[in-house]
Amino acid sequence: MTAPGEGLARFVLKPLVLAGCLAPFAWLAAGAAGLGGVSLGANPVEEILHSLGRWGLNFLLITLCITPLRQLTGWVQWMRLRRMLGLTAFFYILGHFLFYVLVDQAGDLGVIVEDVLKRPYITLGFTGLLLLLPLALTSTKGAMRRLGRRWQRLHRLVYVVAALGCIHFYWQVKADVREPLLYVGALALLLGWRWWKHRDRLSHAARAPFERAA
Amino acid sequence: MIIRQSQDVRPSEITSEGVYRSRRAFLAWIAGTGLMAAAPDVLARALASAPPAPSPLRYTPNPRLSTTERQNSWEEVTTYNNFYEFGTGKADPADNSRGFRTRPWNVAIEGEAEVTGSFTLEDILRPHPLEERIYRLRCVEAWSMVIPWIGFPLGDLIKRFKPTSRARYVEFTTLLDPQQMPGQRYPVLDWPYVEGLRLDEAMHPLALLAVGLYGKVLPNQNGAPLRLVVPWKYGFKSIKSIVRIRFTADRPRTSWEKALPREYGFYANVNPGVDHPRWSQKRERRIGSGAFWDRQPTQMFNGYADQVASLYGGLDLARNF
Ligand code: HEM
Repeated sequence: MTAPGEGLARFVLKPLVLAGCLAPFAWLAAGAAGLGGVSLGANPVEEILHSLGRWGLNFLLITLCITPLRQLTGWVQWMRLRRMLGLTAFFYILGHFLFYVLVDQAGDLGVIVEDVLKRPYITLGFTGLLLLLPLALTSTKGAMRRLGRRWQRLHRLVYVVAALGCIHFYWQVKADVREPLLYVGALALLLGWRWWKHRDRLSHAARAPFERAA
Repeated sequence: MIIRQSQDVRPSEITSEGVYRSRRAFLAWIAGTGLMAAAPDVLARALASAPPAPSPLRYTPNPRLSTTERQNSWEEVTTYNNFYEFGTGKADPADNSRGFRTRPWNVAIEGEAEVTGSFTLEDILRPHPLEERIYRLRCVEAWSMVIPWIGFPLGDLIKRFKPTSRARYVEFTTLLDPQQMPGQRYPVLDWPYVEGLRLDEAMHPLALLAVGLYGKVLPNQNGAPLRLVVPWKYGFKSIKSIVRIRFTADRPRTSWEKALPREYGFYANVNPGVDHPRWSQKRERRIGSGAFWDRQPTQMFNGYADQVASLYGGLDLARNF
């Protein structure tokens, strides 16, 4: 027996979302190669570095939308998108880091180490990347099975990574903090929703025995 | 507003009200087609042949004060800008300044000077022959360009107003007009933008007031109609769309210094030895040149040390960043 909408989710929604995941990368690749009339402006290195970071954070937050979406709509098939979205976030953030190391700093280890140690916004970003690594490595079905309940606990680290990403963004802008604050607001909403649901569950659990007795 | 004339403008040179008005109507038309012009003879020429391109200017090249490095393209210079009055994205100034009206334009001269008052842009510009100077521009964000400016020495303008012996600094202010400058509707900085120089820095022959680039009238996104260019300092010192020049005894409080005093100082001399707290200033990315990943070493005073280092004898440049 298949769940309602499983076919829709697997054969329509998922391919569409996958295309959406790859689209920003395709855009940047076309721009870097000078294809298809895509222009990255006068400073393509900055544009690519910032875009990769921005999409990494976008996809982190989109991933965090999946659980609320399921709860709000009651449609469990949303969960089929979660791993793909999370790995996409990892893909862009890793790309952001590699681009910074190999192109922006041209592999100059002295500068890179100095940046990671001395510049708090980069220290935070780097911590975020390190915390994301074990999540990416344990994203397989096998790892989920092996880790059982611990898998869920481990993957709560994504909240920390998203928060680090937001602060990293906030600290690197020169003066105009409006956009980073938008991200902070979105993250607050997503975490607030979880906190509210969690409290709700606790109070239900506490009330349940009395309700049954009544 | 009191309009006083500077002493070296003869009455015969003063534009009559009628001519001024018709010129204004013409300028409104020019602005409407996306063109601007700087001086009456330019207007006449622009009127005679009106191709939809920025008006050309008359100037003489100054090779002695110009670099021979490869110049950045018009496209690069006019689409990658920091001009927060029109938005904080690099493309925002070009996008949001299209309808910006640069005429009529007045510049107030105030403070510790014998000649003060409000002057039309024409009065400000009239006595000064224009020259082209190809300067390096180093942004505090660690990128750089090479730009052929058209302008005249700031010092020549200052002399006309005869600063008094009390004047030790010059303060510049950008237009405040949130209607036309959408970036000013949000307090990213404490508007209007204010910059300043020590008087001796301002009198230095390299300090330029620019009205054009690439032989044409300055595009709005580059600080039309009148901007400062101080090539040995980070770009944010080179204030755009100037409406006030004030001579002061005390050091002006500049916008970036007010916003983030730990990161941006009054002097802001290009200095590879003093890092910005959040990034290194040792190297810079020259826009549009070399391979994708190339950065070149940043030079002390942006390569103008021979000319300007003597201004800072005895000053601790690490503390006075
Ligand atoms: C959780 C991991 C990370 C996230 C979510 C993230 C996200 C971002 C975002 C959103 C931006 C701003 C983009 C914009 O202005 O449009 C940014 C900028 C930047 N990030 Fe990251 N980042 C992460 C990790 C890292 C790491 C590991 C490094 C390097 C070690 C790094 C280096 C940078 C640099 C150099 C900038 C540009 C700063 C500038 O131009 O002034 N980031 N990042």
